[in-house]
Amino acid sequence: MYRLEQVRKVFADGTVAVDDVTLRVDPGERVAVIGPSGAGKTTLFRLLNGTLRPTSGRLWFGEEDIAGLSARRLRHIRRRIGTVYQQHNLVPQLRVVHNVLAGRLGQWSWPTALWSLITPRDRPVAASALEQVGIPEKLYARTAHLSGGQQQRVAIARVLVQDPAVILADEPVSSVDPTLGRTIIQLLVHLAETSKKTLLTNLHAVSLALDFFPRLIGFRQGRVVFDLPPEAVTEDVLAELYAGSESHMLASECP
Amino acid sequence: MSLRASRVHTWDTWGTLEAPRWRPSSLLAMLLIGGLLVGSWHIAEIEPSLLFGKQGRRYMWDFASGLFPPNVSPAFLKLLIVSAIETMQISIMGTVLAIMLGFPLALLATDRLCFAGILYEMDGHASPWRRGLRRATYLAARMVLNLCRSIPDVVWALMFVRVVGLGPFPGVLAIGVSYGGMLGKIYAEILESSPDGPVEALHAAGAGKLSILTYGFLPQVFANLVSYGLYRWECAIRSAAILGLVGAGGLGQQIELSMRMFEYQETSTILLVVFLLVTAVDHLSTMIRRAL
Repeated sequence: MYRLEQVRKVFADGTVAVDDVTLRVDPGERVAVIGPSGAGKTTLFRLLNGTLRPTSGRLWFGEEDIAGLSARRLRHIRRRIGTVYQQHNLVPQLRVVHNVLAGRLGQWSWPTALWSLITPRDRPVAASALEQVGIPEKLYARTAHLSGGQQQRVAIARVLVQDPAVILADEPVSSVDPTLGRTIIQLLVHLAETSKKTLLTNLHAVSLALDFFPRLIGFRQGRVVFDLPPEAVTEDVLAELYAGSESHMLASECP
Repeated sequence: MSLRASRVHTWDTWGTLEAPRWRPSSLLAMLLIGGLLVGSWHIAEIEPSLLFGKQGRRYMWDFASGLFPPNVSPAFLKLLIVSAIETMQISIMGTVLAIMLGFPLALLATDRLCFAGILYEMDGHASPWRRGLRRATYLAARMVLNLCRSIPDVVWALMFVRVVGLGPFPGVLAIGVSYGGMLGKIYAEILESSPDGPVEALHAAGAGKLSILTYGFLPQVFANLVSYGLYRWECAIRSAAILGLVGAGGLGQQIELSMRMFEYQETSTILLVVFLLVTAVDHLSTMIRRAL
């Protein structure tokens, strides 16, 4: 699915956010990326979904090296990559149905998209996506009126409607409470499994990563420091990953 | 955990904190502003005695007493109603024209839509020609907006009167062009300050630029755009009344006629009508903005 070779991302101000990452993710895998804040996890995800271009290195998505693609080809690639964000990134002023159907914008022509704002197209698709994330009754609700957890469900429904080959979830549960966070991760894992999609999640809560993901990648200062199954991720490994930074969430979450 | 680790400031540590001080640069700025005010007073030839002196007071009294009583004869009121409606229509059509001009220009004058920001992060491989063209379009749109805005509406009206003759139409054109410049600039600023998150999400899902504009930008700023458009309409009603003075129809033309004939009693009636009209429009647009 993904193949990264010595990928680096240096920002204009000289910050090295992702430093020499070499990585391979196979189709259908479920991977959790963990690490202290500021490690460059979000930048890594923005490289993976084609929002940022690597400064150097090669980044294959399937058969194509997206580091060197033209803008038009990239758009085609982006349709096959769905992203769930920490801040949901929905349009609060639109109704839920439009935010969910926004997953279709990659396929729709502009007049179709415009017309759908007047009378929503593909209503059954939107309804069934909301059904899958557990809030079918919110189809016509105003997005701004929903709670944080419900908004994250809408964002997941948007990705379902987009029907990508891979789902990237960038800190999907950092802005909701731990119990709800667990439910949402369960939902994501369940949806990825049933629809055979690859799932990459970037998580702050280590316990969630240990419980739901067969592969954990430790990320620190822009580099991969370990790539292990959960059994091999011991307290020592974690202590080293988070050394010198605020403590990881494991302790606070399991009293 | 992080709370326990971090040191907590107690009250006896405040003495070691550095209190904010006046910086020399802020003192200098205040001196400059003071100097500017004094200088402007002189250069603008401000002379209160001219206004409030003996002669000034007499002229003021003559003019003010000439305004009373307002002329409310039915024939004149009927004439005014026609002019008031004309002024209203000039302001409405002028604002519509301003939006039609300003909105598309605003889209071209928004850097996040043209060449900067998240939508163009991956654009490094586009040809330099194309990137240059995008930047040039942006700069050209900004220039056109500045030009429209920097020439006062009265001057536009004088020019359009030359082109299309006397009447309401040059008033509509003048308001359309000068307000188009103002609307375009503010619209571009509103678009540039809208939250980035939804735009990034739609872009990452493969949406095209026009779709991103329709779903990601416009719904977020729509209320602001309408609200500012309504505010400009309020201003346009005042402008429309003034533009008549240079031959662009409406109530202004009546003001000009009555002043030239020294019919100050008519002038006062017209000013009252302008006042009522502006107040009514103020209220109406406030109501609409609240409902948004």
